[in-house]
Amino acid sequence: MELHGWGRYPRQQATLALPLSNTQCATTLAASAPLIAHGLGRSYGDSALAATVLGTPYLDHFVAFDDSTGALTCQAGVSLDAILRTFVPRGWFLPVTPGTRFVTVGGAIASDVHGKNHHAAGTFGAHVQHLELLLGNGAVVRASPTEHADLFAATCGGMGLTGIILQASLALKRIASSDILQTTVKAPNLQAALDAFAEHADSTYSVAWIDCLAKGASLGRSLLMLGEHATDGPLQVQTRPPTPVPFDLPAVLLNHASVQAFNALYYGRIRPPVSQQRLPFEPFFYPLDAVGQWNRLYGKPGFVQYQFVLPQAAGVAGLREVLAAIAASGRGSFLAVLKVFGPANANFLSFPQAGFTLALDFKAEPAVFTLLDELDAIVLHHGGRLYMAKDARMSAATFKASYPTWQAFEDVRARWHAHGKFASSQSIRLGLQ
Amino acid sequence: MKKILIIGATSAIAEATARLWAAQGHQLYLLGRNAEHLQNMAADLKIRGAESVSYAASDLNDFAKHAAALDAATQALGGLDIVLIAHGTLGDQKASEQDFSVTLQELNTNAISVISLLTHLANHFEAHKHGSIAVISSVAGDRGRQSNYVYGTAKGAVTLFTQGLRNRLHKSGVQVLTIKPGFVDTPMTAGIDKKGLLWASPEAIARSIVSGIEKRRDVVYAPWFWIGIMAVIRGIPERVFKKLRL
Repeated sequence: MELHGWGRYPRQQATLALPLSNTQCATTLAASAPLIAHGLGRSYGDSALAATVLGTPYLDHFVAFDDSTGALTCQAGVSLDAILRTFVPRGWFLPVTPGTRFVTVGGAIASDVHGKNHHAAGTFGAHVQHLELLLGNGAVVRASPTEHADLFAATCGGMGLTGIILQASLALKRIASSDILQTTVKAPNLQAALDAFAEHADSTYSVAWIDCLAKGASLGRSLLMLGEHATDGPLQVQTRPPTPVPFDLPAVLLNHASVQAFNALYYGRIRPPVSQQRLPFEPFFYPLDAVGQWNRLYGKPGFVQYQFVLPQAAGVAGLREVLAAIAASGRGSFLAVLKVFGPANANFLSFPQAGFTLALDFKAEPAVFTLLDELDAIVLHHGGRLYMAKDARMSAATFKASYPTWQAFEDVRARWHAHGKFASSQSIRLGLQ
Repeated sequence: MKKILIIGATSAIAEATARLWAAQGHQLYLLGRNAEHLQNMAADLKIRGAESVSYAASDLNDFAKHAAALDAATQALGGLDIVLIAHGTLGDQKASEQDFSVTLQELNTNAISVISLLTHLANHFEAHKHGSIAVISSVAGDRGRQSNYVYGTAKGAVTLFTQGLRNRLHKSGVQVLTIKPGFVDTPMTAGIDKKGLLWASPEAIARSIVSGIEKRRDVVYAPWFWIGIMAVIRGIPERVFKKLRL
């Protein structure tokens, strides 16, 4: 069947195996390697695509829960949505969540995802107490920061290339309310946005929406959104299903003028420089989850998401250089998100590092790929790198230059029998074995 | 809090239904074939909020064991409020056409085993004068078509049997619910490649089952729009229908 990631670019013919148990995972692996695990298909590019794909929708059971500590053990196919539905009403929340709740625990570990609290809480992997991994030789091993630490560090952020994650134990965090107290700060330009991040570094959650089409004095104008868990109020999840985008929209709808108009309205909608509101956690963390299949907005060709991080030292100058290149190209992004990261971790291929990260969408078209190659050069020049969970087109040279630990990662894979057993279209493109 | 027995519990629709019941805090007993899967499910349902979960692995094609399996379940639960019968196989129509033993196997799994279980259960429910028996049939049982008439025959038998049982148990205050799902995306249908707008998730079917029992309905098409589709399909005159490629 034809498979694609969330960006719907690229597409690939694949054989999809759907094991019902850990035993069947091992059988599938023995019969069909090389393959790659595939959860809910929310990585944007080709990191969960391959000629043979092992889908995890039926490996979605909770295994154990300790309601005194919040330690949850579950199979890797469990979605963050299922965790929230089950545990928010009991006063527990995810320690780290990305911008969609429709990802699996296995995918969150493999991409070592981050959220609006990265500056304080680190990545998803930092809250994984231990995991069980099916290796290329059929053995199942337990890995944690203290057991087979090399394998654990390669698996968190390892894009599924070390084995099939069967189950994991996570530390959920206590909440008193499912509501979020949000503060919105208007920043008229990039410097003001970064200053606002610095000023609010003690906020639990922070993220900025940034207008990538604004030029000149308004370059980088942003809305910084800060959040805290409310200390009183309900513990509930919304039950309304997402409103779907029923078909592929004509690709021409998203053009320079429409995106510019949207961005101007979105920025102008908020009047006061600082405003506050109380809202359920869903619209704060997952605004796009309210629209089912929003990826259809970009039409049939699909889109690519480009997320990079620049180290602190590159500073405003580096960010301004990237933004200027995008603004000059006129190839606007509907959604652009800016975030200040906390320190990097020791995982071999984890994306975050101390500095600034920006995520943008682009329609998948030839001129965009040329632009992105130019952006790669700027990012590399400043010592930055790209997020593999979003990537569909980075070159092997760019990857190896920006993730210098790739060779050590390969050594761990060799040691743990992964070579020849786990591969994705992305890993092949990036020159991994 | 209800005492609920789920037969064929590891099927995708049964599991999705069990999760809804678990979240409501009911007592569950799972009967299925695969012990590893049952064990995983039991732990999962307990965490999702079930008051208690027990299970037993059993081959439902061994009809002689039905009485004992049902007794054990009733004992463990301390009674029965709801039974869901959900096991089945899609079968291989082409293989059935070549080999009657394949057809017999399909009929045993999808029809005869259900009828055997219902025979025991009907007497229990009739004596206790309360509760709900829900059985998963299929829209395929509404009219015979060349592409899957063996499966359709089995499901048609289930539909007719439950209809008769509903008539018999009505006076005892026992609900008999016939559930007719359309296309459902489950491991049973994983081999079918193109899945269009008519396909539903097991969760959607599960919601129809739970609400169908709560509302004490007789027949539920799941999702609801199949009631219209099947009305059209049943309405086509046979002299036309026989020429169609369905």
